[in-house]
Amino acid sequence: MAENIQPGTIQDQEEVKVQSGRARAALPAADLPDKVHTWPYLVRAEFISGCILLLVLMVWSITVDAPMEEPANPTKTPNPSKAPWYFLGLQEMLVYFDPWIAGVLLPSLIIVGLMIIPYVDINPKGNGYYTWSERKFAISTFLVGFLGMWVGMITIGVFFRGPGWNLFMPWDYWDPHKVVPLTNIDLPYFVGIRSQMGAMLFGTICVLGWLVGIPGAVWQWKKDHPFFKQLGMMRYGIVATLFMIMAGVLMKMILRLSFNIKYVLVIPNILNI
Amino acid sequence: MPDPEKRRTSLGDIVTNNYVWRSIFRHGYADTPRNRVLQVSANVWLHLHPSKMRRHGIRYRHTWCAGGLTFLLYLCTVVTGVVLMFYYRPTGEYAYWDVKYLDFDVPFGMIMRNMHRWAAHGMVIFIWLHMFRVFMTGSYKPPREFNWVVGVNLLTLTLLLSFTGYLLPWDQLAIWAVTVGTNMARATPLLGTEGPFGPQLGMTPRYDARALLTAGTVVGAPTLLRFYVLHCIFIPIIASILMILHFWRIRKDGGISGPL
Ligand code: HEM
Repeated sequence: MAENIQPGTIQDQEEVKVQSGRARAALPAADLPDKVHTWPYLVRAEFISGCILLLVLMVWSITVDAPMEEPANPTKTPNPSKAPWYFLGLQEMLVYFDPWIAGVLLPSLIIVGLMIIPYVDINPKGNGYYTWSERKFAISTFLVGFLGMWVGMITIGVFFRGPGWNLFMPWDYWDPHKVVPLTNIDLPYFVGIRSQMGAMLFGTICVLGWLVGIPGAVWQWKKDHPFFKQLGMMRYGIVATLFMIMAGVLMKMILRLSFNIKYVLVIPNILNI
Repeated sequence: MPDPEKRRTSLGDIVTNNYVWRSIFRHGYADTPRNRVLQVSANVWLHLHPSKMRRHGIRYRHTWCAGGLTFLLYLCTVVTGVVLMFYYRPTGEYAYWDVKYLDFDVPFGMIMRNMHRWAAHGMVIFIWLHMFRVFMTGSYKPPREFNWVVGVNLLTLTLLLSFTGYLLPWDQLAIWAVTVGTNMARATPLLGTEGPFGPQLGMTPRYDARALLTAGTVVGAPTLLRFYVLHCIFIPIIASILMILHFWRIRKDGGISGPL
């Protein structure tokens, strides 16, 4: 195609425009059209990437067979029973939280939380281009949540969980009889509180302090800052609560994995967090 | 009509410069600005695109093509899935053996099943990549807020599609993965037998959120039928409608986002 193009015509300018590098640098930017034709430039890009993808998919499907195990048998439970890999993040959360929090509340919050991002992120910068310096908070939060926690927990679930949902190294033998001493204790006990009332009080203070106290204190301290004024209490409240819940999940994972803390707050028969 | 002025010299010319061909594809490959526009606007598939677009939008490094490739993988699962449906019966006594039959006896059955499965997994990976890139370019910001919301719904549906499909081979992997997954629904507050306030509201293992999903107290043959219908009919229809909305909104929101 390129050899038919007359120098100086629209096509010629487009051709130069879609290429980066020296040819483009030689032309003053103002001379170049901002828009280029979809045919051939976008169609070509899509065609190439589509072909590569289909090729990879076909080679993959010829060489790797989809799994097929014994017929379904409700009386024979495999150990471990793993959910499909893309749900292992949720299954992993069952280690740290009671099922209604791990399996219902947190997934719902993830979906709702993702959906409201555009309505609470009022930073007008960084719309349509890659930037780190103009939206540090948004990007770091997303990276921690998506890569650190979601992808991280899937990785733990796929490679590091074996029989009894115990931790194994990928090269370890999966010993179904591995005994892990149950030394889990609750946070109030860990810090030395022995009475049940005391433990409940301490747990409540921790949880409320985390979810309400810290965001409230930050609001009191910063509310006259122009950015916080513009954000408004409502939006701030939503962002701060969701942020603290996400950070709380991370916190609880760390407490559990490094100090064997099971719960922070136990109200018998009602709530365990 | 063929162009009588043009001499038929090459094989390409002979194939394309005749009455029949021209009745199907009206525009040749002449590289003129007018024809470049017509190529896109007169083609039912390509006219999803604008005929001209801002330059950065065609760069791989801006979109990673992740959205388009998610769509391509979706199409792959639709095509291969329909082939599988010709051989598969969603009942307790047949399902497993139909899949075995596909794997070992149906010509190209194994590769259809492999492609269906790997394309589905690929779709999950690419939709995450797509969401990641949309976040990183800040493309959910005005005026694209709502399209992001549509996207999150597509993400949820894609995961549900994969999950419902996981049960269909009716092997040990399938039934136990789905048992683990649906067990969580037991703990739904108010609506699950083991969730907060569930029992007080009269939820029993037979009548609660989980029983609604599994059509019974265990993952059994009724679950298989329920997941089959969700997997092959219900979710694909909803997802397709949302994809149409998604693509429409990309155009209406001013095309691929870019520096203002
Ligand atoms: C079945 C799933 C999906 C399909 C087939 C799909 C397809 C596409 C395509 C083809 C584009 C054009 C640009 C590109 O390729 O990146 C696009 C853009 C977009 N998608 Fe998706 N998408 C899906 C899911 C999602 C999800 C999960 C999100 C976000 C949570 C999302 C949000 C957006 C937004 C905001 C745009 C506009 C981006 C821009 O203008 O730069 N989509 N989508």
